[in-house]
Amino acid sequence: MQKSMLKNGLLLGLFALICTAVVAVVNDSTRDAILAQQKLELKRTLEQIIPNELHDNPLEESCVLLQDKDALGTTQPMPAYIATQNAEPVAIAIETIAPDGYNGEIRLIIGIKTDGTVLGVRTLSHQETPGLGDKIERKKSDWVDSFIGKKLQGRDDKAWYVKKDGGEIDQFTGATITPRAYVKSIRNTLAFFEANKQTLFSQSQTCEASQ
Amino acid sequence: MSLYRDIAWQGLWKNNPGLVQMLGLCPLLAVTSTFTNALGLGLATAVVLIGSNTTVSLVRNFVPKEIRIPVFVMIIAALVTAVQLLVNAYAYGLYLSLGIFLPLIVTNCVIIGRAEAFASRNSPMDAAFDGLMMGIGFTLVLMVLGGGREILGQGTLFDGADLLLGPWAASLRIEVWQVDTPFLLAMLPPGAFLGMGLLIALKNAIDKKLAERQPKMQTAPVERARITKVN
Repeated sequence: MQKSMLKNGLLLGLFALICTAVVAVVNDSTRDAILAQQKLELKRTLEQIIPNELHDNPLEESCVLLQDKDALGTTQPMPAYIATQNAEPVAIAIETIAPDGYNGEIRLIIGIKTDGTVLGVRTLSHQETPGLGDKIERKKSDWVDSFIGKKLQGRDDKAWYVKKDGGEIDQFTGATITPRAYVKSIRNTLAFFEANKQTLFSQSQTCEASQ
Repeated sequence: MSLYRDIAWQGLWKNNPGLVQMLGLCPLLAVTSTFTNALGLGLATAVVLIGSNTTVSLVRNFVPKEIRIPVFVMIIAALVTAVQLLVNAYAYGLYLSLGIFLPLIVTNCVIIGRAEAFASRNSPMDAAFDGLMMGIGFTLVLMVLGGGREILGQGTLFDGADLLLGPWAASLRIEVWQVDTPFLLAMLPPGAFLGMGLLIALKNAIDKKLAERQPKMQTAPVERARITKVN
């Protein structure tokens, strides 16, 4: 009895060892490829919201961490990427969270010029209803492009609401909560940007691009 | 040879993991909103199934009965993790859209079900073949369901195929019909349940037709223990 327990235990241990070894080897051989993929994905997203001709620095490497619960929708520090031309800041891409989407958090990234004009917006991840709320994906609809060139006039700009709430932003058919949360998040982030413009760009780089 | 034909028949039709064994319903229902996702998850499941069946069959003579389940679970978990890492590294777009369902293959009962019911009692070759056939059977159900839901729901077929197959596949996308408001029922989980029910009904109807057409020659009852698991 004791002997079989010992034998079984050892055998289990041996299998655990082999299985862990297999996973370790695969993990090791794919780690670089996965990191490269994530970096490429980040670069591709950043390129879409801050055009390459505006800046001359590698965007994904000039990352800073920002923290503001109200504007960024989370207590966690969120990454932002500063674009510079001849070492002068020209734009920033801020990752932010709209906490009140229809199905939980919507993560988005906003490209903002130093004068506060929106350069572009992209949704990074969301769980909104497919077919209705997912028009916030650039792949599905060009709705996010409606923010390009817009600017926040004052902290509580009435134009920065969906039309249903008296603003100027189109909601889309069948969904109100999603665009409302989305617009609110952009509005707050823009206000946060305006309020902290000076300190934002003078921050030293605080995060590595690898997250 | 007839053994292989039997295994293939079991996996693809008679004992199909999706339609008859009803195993792996969670991923089956969750990711079949488009054809591409369905195919991607089906292939990943098939790969894991072949690998786990082969490995389990290889070690079946060393593993005592008492500890076989934990050993199977470890083998399956290791394989799934490896597949997940590989997809993450080499098919990143698909990884993004399959999300959490890739690691969830580990909970897919069809895998441990086949390990226990078939692989642990048969030679590695047979077990691998069983894994392949069960995997294809599962993938086919996923594909039919995914394709159907995609056509009904958003009016396209093969949307996003480039995520799985590379940039050339972007041209595969077919716009079957133009939708202004998508047919939500087909895209949301209830649509998957309804589609699944219809598929099962269709299979039963076909089986009935086949049975009617076949003259009743064999009267000897076939003794075969069917393993059914609750997912």
